[in-house]
Amino acid sequence: MIRFILLQNRQGKTRLAKYYVPLEESEKHKVEYEVHRLVVNRDPKFTNFVEFRTHKVIYRRYAGLFFSMCVDITDNELAYLECIHLFVEILDHFFSNVCELDLVFNFHKVYLILDEFILAGELQETSKKAIIERMGELEKQE
Amino acid sequence: MALSGMRGLSVFISDIRNCQNKEQERLRVDKELGNIRTRFKSEKGLSPYEKKKYVWKMLYIYMLGYDVDFGHMEAVSLISAPKYPEKQVGYIVTSCLLNENHDFLRLAINSVRNDIIGRNETFQCLALTMVGNIGGREFSESLALDVQKLLLSSSCRPLVRKKAALCLLRLYRKNPDVVNIDGWSDRMAQLLDERDMGVLTAVMSLLVALVSNSHDQYWSCLPKCVRILERLARNHDVPQEYTYYGIPSPWLQVKTMRALQYFPTVEDPNTRRSLFEVLQRILMGTDVVKNVNKNNASHAVLFEALSLVMHLDAEKEMMSQCVALLGKFIAVREPNIRYLGLENMTRMLMVTDVQDIIKRHQAQIITSLKDPDISIRRRALDLLYAMCDITNAKDIVEELLQYLSAAEFAMREELALKAAILAEKFAPDLAWYIDVILQLIDKAGDFVSDDIWFRVVQFVTNNEDLQPYAAAKAREYLDKPALHETMVKVSSYLLGEYSHLLARRPGCSPKEIFSIMHEKLPTVSTTTLPILLSAYAKILVHSQPPDPELRDQVWAVFNKYESCIDVEIQQRAVEYFVLCRKGAALVDVLAEMPKFPERQSALIKKAEDPETDAAEQSAIKLRAQQQQPSNALVVTDQPPSNGPLPVGPLTLAKIPSISSNVETSLSDERLSHENGTFGAVDDSQSAMPSEGLIGDLLAIEGPAAAVTTEQKPVSGLESVVGGVDALALAPVSELSNSVQPIGNVAERFHALCLKDSGVLYEDPYLQIGIKAEWRTHHGRFVLFLGNKSTSSLASVKALMLPPSHLKIELSVVPDTIPPRAQVQCPLEVVNLRPSRDLAVLDFSYMFGTTLVSVKLRLPAMLNKFLQHISLSTEEFFPQWRSLSGPPLKLQEVVRGVKPLSLPEMANLFNSLHLTVSPGLDPNPNNLVASTTFYSESTGAMLCLMRIETDPADRTQLRMTVSSGDAALTFELKEFIKEQLVYIPLPAPVPSPAQPQVSSPPIDPTDPGAILAGLL
Repeated sequence: MIRFILLQNRQGKTRLAKYYVPLEESEKHKVEYEVHRLVVNRDPKFTNFVEFRTHKVIYRRYAGLFFSMCVDITDNELAYLECIHLFVEILDHFFSNVCELDLVFNFHKVYLILDEFILAGELQETSKKAIIERMGELEKQE
Repeated sequence: MALSGMRGLSVFISDIRNCQNKEQERLRVDKELGNIRTRFKSEKGLSPYEKKKYVWKMLYIYMLGYDVDFGHMEAVSLISAPKYPEKQVGYIVTSCLLNENHDFLRLAINSVRNDIIGRNETFQCLALTMVGNIGGREFSESLALDVQKLLLSSSCRPLVRKKAALCLLRLYRKNPDVVNIDGWSDRMAQLLDERDMGVLTAVMSLLVALVSNSHDQYWSCLPKCVRILERLARNHDVPQEYTYYGIPSPWLQVKTMRALQYFPTVEDPNTRRSLFEVLQRILMGTDVVKNVNKNNASHAVLFEALSLVMHLDAEKEMMSQCVALLGKFIAVREPNIRYLGLENMTRMLMVTDVQDIIKRHQAQIITSLKDPDISIRRRALDLLYAMCDITNAKDIVEELLQYLSAAEFAMREELALKAAILAEKFAPDLAWYIDVILQLIDKAGDFVSDDIWFRVVQFVTNNEDLQPYAAAKAREYLDKPALHETMVKVSSYLLGEYSHLLARRPGCSPKEIFSIMHEKLPTVSTTTLPILLSAYAKILVHSQPPDPELRDQVWAVFNKYESCIDVEIQQRAVEYFVLCRKGAALVDVLAEMPKFPERQSALIKKAEDPETDAAEQSAIKLRAQQQQPSNALVVTDQPPSNGPLPVGPLTLAKIPSISSNVETSLSDERLSHENGTFGAVDDSQSAMPSEGLIGDLLAIEGPAAAVTTEQKPVSGLESVVGGVDALALAPVSELSNSVQPIGNVAERFHALCLKDSGVLYEDPYLQIGIKAEWRTHHGRFVLFLGNKSTSSLASVKALMLPPSHLKIELSVVPDTIPPRAQVQCPLEVVNLRPSRDLAVLDFSYMFGTTLVSVKLRLPAMLNKFLQHISLSTEEFFPQWRSLSGPPLKLQEVVRGVKPLSLPEMANLFNSLHLTVSPGLDPNPNNLVASTTFYSESTGAMLCLMRIETDPADRTQLRMTVSSGDAALTFELKEFIKEQLVYIPLPAPVPSPAQPQVSSPPIDPTDPGAILAGLL
């Protein structure tokens, strides 16, 4: 199960944080700080997996942004790694050629997309088409 | 670049971005927060649009890492807004700002429920999403039913149903009772017929959570999962939008295979065949391709398939395919694949016996231990740890030690612990073990816990041969200029105890040892100082002839610390100072420490159960728990003692006549207690094993503490002295009479009928441990013959007397067992046909002039050739009906049954490898079980049985047993009957013929006894 998802830039600014386990505020800050430190210094030639406390973080870097998912030790690493990529593809499609600024100014949209993609820490929908169509429906209602 | 559509929000974000530094940003944020606060508080209400805008701003500020301690109420209140845009903001922001423990959430429960049961699909989705992401126990209690309805509803769109499935999963994790309703398993099976892949993906996650908890009810889902997997793997009927880089939903494939790993087996041959076909395709058909996403996705599926194959205990051929694949993976450049190769090899070691093949890759794995990426190094370390055994321990541990100096902080502790454990578990000889631990302390003292050095002291104390060596080593280390404090502790402890054994070596006179130890004193902390003081006192006692100069120096030290502020140090200084003046009495008080009772290493316990926290239990771990834990025997002269026995006395099958002084003389271990003389000693002996199970020696009795016990009142000391005398003076003739076993041999045997490793026999000189493995009709025992004494056991003879149905081959047993050595003798058993007869091991040896001869029953009982199998209703009843009447189906009313409750009986059955299937029989007083029996003549034979109990009279029952073989049915029926019927053991007959002079049943120097005397 996914414990949390973080989008952070290289400086460690959080662009999106979604927790699927109850954490206290102070704990969240700590987690975000630690995860950033953990992934930012890793060589691009390293694995995309790194142990984090009693869990592991699966992360991937896109330009200056790190997408990190914290999952259980027993979870299938590559499946979550591609889950990150699928999410990026969906964002890319939605914002047509996504860049960090899109995510900054439209952070609320990113939360909406994420809610269509992952729920309760589990993958909900893997069809890019289904998610994009759903976002279209929602935008009409605004 | 798209803008947010809310001008105020966009402007604020731009402002923040334009801030030159953190200080400016903070000012801007504070200003905004002030603004929001006044707006929220102002008398005239906000328009929904304004509210929405401010709440978004709050979330943005929160994301920047600032504390937002107000406005939660406003966010929650938006949930009950009538229009979508505000409601949406309310839900999203609430799920970001609050967690399940937050009180405000309660305020929203009603609105949320209204949205869930309402007609507006969009609102339903919002509510399900929030509950799915942050719902807690209260949500679980009040909403579970409504969520279930949505999931099962035929009128809802897939959009709603997939959210409902995952929302239910969340509620289930918070409270497993939410699916505790009749027929839920059937509903799950129906849900797996779902055509919409989104819903199916969500439902599969739900199923994984359910079966990881208990698979029992969900057998009907198994074939459906296999069908889904088949459909995906063959790409039949999978919509284009659900293929990812040409691979039909890799995520659903992975989830489905994950669910399958929680079922113990796949019984139905057709389902099994289709599953293996799919798995074979995946194993063979996954190629490395250029596109990284495609490659990852296909390998995600491949690695999950590997786990499933391991779980299913596939045929040898497929297993070796897996190992070959993994061997390839751990050598590739691609780091992710290499990492996963290492990780999966470790998992593979946990479930199957592939040690030998994996050992071939040792060099490659060691290379990965030096990889620049810590993730890979960690996996390599885990794998090396898992694959280590007696043959490669030396190489691996030395590799770890070498790496220790280079390893970074984050890994050192783990490395040190693992090296220490491997050294202990697989030491080819104990001197090497001492070397390793001392090196470990030297190189990574900060990471060596007290447990580790306590263990060294324990080993050295219990092995006399080792003492001079350890003392010499300790002396060498003291020469080093910069010494870790732990090294000072262990060296001074060892030198205090054993430096007199070095007396003739250069640089090892008491005075020299004292002065080199004393050099360290100014640098040590108050925890080490007491150890130094005790060591000084001991060195002083051992200096023969007395050295007045040394005495004065030591006394001066004691004198100095008599007023130390630390109570422990002060007390020792005062007491040693006074004791030193007592002359001869001091020799007794400061004699060498007695041996420690053997206990399981605390280290091993510590390392083998790392803390994990996962939503689902690991399938591999579950499986490993179901199998008999392999009980690695430590190279010591005394493996851990047996615990209390789980079941009552079992009846004896037809045992070839046992003429044993042992069997009768030991019928009551309290015998000698009644005789009085050795009462105290005996009592403590019987108390010791259970104590060993509860507390670990290391926890209650570190060497530092052991020293203080010496200072306790005289009564304890007397028993030490008396004990030693007794041993030293006992004439040989007294021992020759009879050697009494320690513990009850019959009970030990019965315990071993239900488990596969433990102690079969023990007396003061010898311990026979066994470890067994069973596979179909083959069994393999290893007898561990441990000489506990300090002299050799001669004329060791072991003869097997097998019954006609067992073919037993015992390897050569050496004629002598050297002092404190352990010899392993493998023994192969083949079961030819069903029978309850037992094999007997005729074992004898000479200790001095005493001949000890025992006949021991070998726990190769009928039940060892049974293997668990669980059957569904559809599988059980046709079989049951097809076997009708005698001789294949036998029925008997059994009386005089031990009054067991049904769960107790079910436990007993399960431990006999008879798989109880609860719920198969509609009558709750009945018990239905199944098992597979293996022998050469019958092959694998399914056996079914039913026990009908009478709730009014627990002492009788009706038993029906059936199988495809008449002899098997009869033997199995009799066997089970024997397990159920209560036959009291013959009452102990106090035998006057047992003279008090017979040697005490335990070693009187046993520190357990002494300790018990002291406590």
